[in-house]
Amino acid sequence: MSSAADASAPARRGIGRALLADPMGLAGLVLVTIFLLMALLAPWIAPYDPIALDVKAKFQPPSAAHWAGTDHLGRDLLSRIIWGARLALGIAITSVGIAGAIGLVLGLIAGYGPRWLDSILVLVFDSMSSLPMIFFALAVITVLGPGTTTLIIVIVLVSFPAYARLIRTQTLALSGADYILAEKAMGAGTGRIIFRHLLPNVVGPLVILICMDIPVVIMLEAGLSYLNLGVKPPSPSWGNILSEGYNALRQAPHVVIVAGIPLVLATLGFTFLGEGLRDVLDPRGAGRRWG
Amino acid sequence: MLAYAIRRLGLSVLILIVVMTAMYGMVFLVPGDPASLALGPRATPELKEALRERMGLDQPILTQILYFFGNVLQGDLGIDVWSKRPVLEQILEVFPNTLILGVVALGWALVMGILLGCAAVVWRDSWADRLLGVLSVSVISVPSFVVAIYALIVFAVWLNWLPAIGAGEAGDLGSQIRALILPAFAVGIGWVGYLARLIRASMLEVMEAPHIRTARAFGMRERDIVFRHALRVAIVPTISILAVGFGSILSSAVFVESVFSRPGIGTLITGAVEKRNYPVVMGTVLFMTGFYLLVVTAADLLIARLDPRVRDVLRG
Repeated sequence: MSSAADASAPARRGIGRALLADPMGLAGLVLVTIFLLMALLAPWIAPYDPIALDVKAKFQPPSAAHWAGTDHLGRDLLSRIIWGARLALGIAITSVGIAGAIGLVLGLIAGYGPRWLDSILVLVFDSMSSLPMIFFALAVITVLGPGTTTLIIVIVLVSFPAYARLIRTQTLALSGADYILAEKAMGAGTGRIIFRHLLPNVVGPLVILICMDIPVVIMLEAGLSYLNLGVKPPSPSWGNILSEGYNALRQAPHVVIVAGIPLVLATLGFTFLGEGLRDVLDPRGAGRRWG
Repeated sequence: MLAYAIRRLGLSVLILIVVMTAMYGMVFLVPGDPASLALGPRATPELKEALRERMGLDQPILTQILYFFGNVLQGDLGIDVWSKRPVLEQILEVFPNTLILGVVALGWALVMGILLGCAAVVWRDSWADRLLGVLSVSVISVPSFVVAIYALIVFAVWLNWLPAIGAGEAGDLGSQIRALILPAFAVGIGWVGYLARLIRASMLEVMEAPHIRTARAFGMRERDIVFRHALRVAIVPTISILAVGFGSILSSAVFVESVFSRPGIGTLITGAVEKRNYPVVMGTVLFMTGFYLLVVTAADLLIARLDPRVRDVLRG
């Protein structure tokens, strides 16, 4: 373990430098940092209350007082977008986090447990991911009713099979390695092998996959909220802002134009960062994944 | 490989049945039974009872579920309690719109993707290749419904070149084509980038193959090698991706149809989810999942025929 840590420390420093040297990775890092800061600092940097009404000031185009203008209820759009970052990233990180944990546990069980259990689990993962995601999601929403909790459940259900599959493959490959066999021969228990040896080695690829899934999840949240099937108004989800702006498209096009920008930049940022990370960590796999 | 595909198909169907059964069970847990909802607040208890009986709601739930799947096997997806019309009829009415949108979007994405992917291979490692790479990733990651809204503002509202809503007049092919342009653009654009990358990667692998080296040794032009010889081999893996990708095309179509108020499966199901119109949601999910599984299985079989390596494995 200690030798592995020694070996990975300089490599990790190299990752940072390589990422900064790649213009796309750097752009991704900058964008993601901006959105993370927006999400974390929303209460302090948002100029107005995101749900405070001021009907007299409705549909104002961008001005010095309202940098991004106001919506149909006179709410400040910039403040709503900043708080929307908190909502979008909060939901995305929570749900992929839960999905990642479930995928990790099931993947380790499939990869390290008895073979019969493995074949059942793999069949379940594959079957779940071979259903068209959107219809599966809409069925779950109909049953549970729209809302933030439902949204998180939907995202967890559609994303964990891919994570579990990845962990399983990694675990299978590792558990035949010489150093694991040596540990076993020396009498190490299952717990020690899983927690000291398998876990630290399988988490890295999972983190990359999760990173690359975040833009997809942000998109799904915004899309479902746009259809009024996600986060409930008046919460400032980017999807809600788009949907409210869409209703006044001809009267005040600035609402949708402004609300689309953070969505485009956030998905671009996370995708560039994910691509950059993957190219740096696994140059052989460049251009292979994305579906 | 094929046996596994069949087992996977079987389990997908099983999961679908579980999801449907769960939905059926939920109908009983949500407040307000479907019969009272359908008849409105002024219906008499006798009327409600009669409808409940007609809908089979007085039977034990297990009987109802078996009855539902029995009907599905006979091609009956049930009756919409709101509009009182058969669900299958409503689905078949709008399905061609969604299918045309999906096929046209995939079609233009495939043509553009192949051209750009080949261009990237011809100019590989030049600035043009790198620019195409960045552009591809960018269009892949931008949400299709945002593209749809921006396209709608520019081309339908400001320039007024194309219609903003609908699927065109029935019988007027010109108006139907004009109504298709913006939605197909929005649904397909991400796939242009994705396919361009896929073709480029697959092609670069093929370019190392012996028959390409031979062609090059004979002094063939690079462009001829790429388009005539490499593309033929490089396109095979794209087929399976296209089939699986049809699911994500349908997913984009759900959002984009809603932006353009285009009648289709997307507008049908999202309207039904909002109203908790269970028969329509269940029918549409069943129909579309069945259709999707059919496409994926057909693609698996097609690849098995096209790719000699897979074909030989299947023969043993």
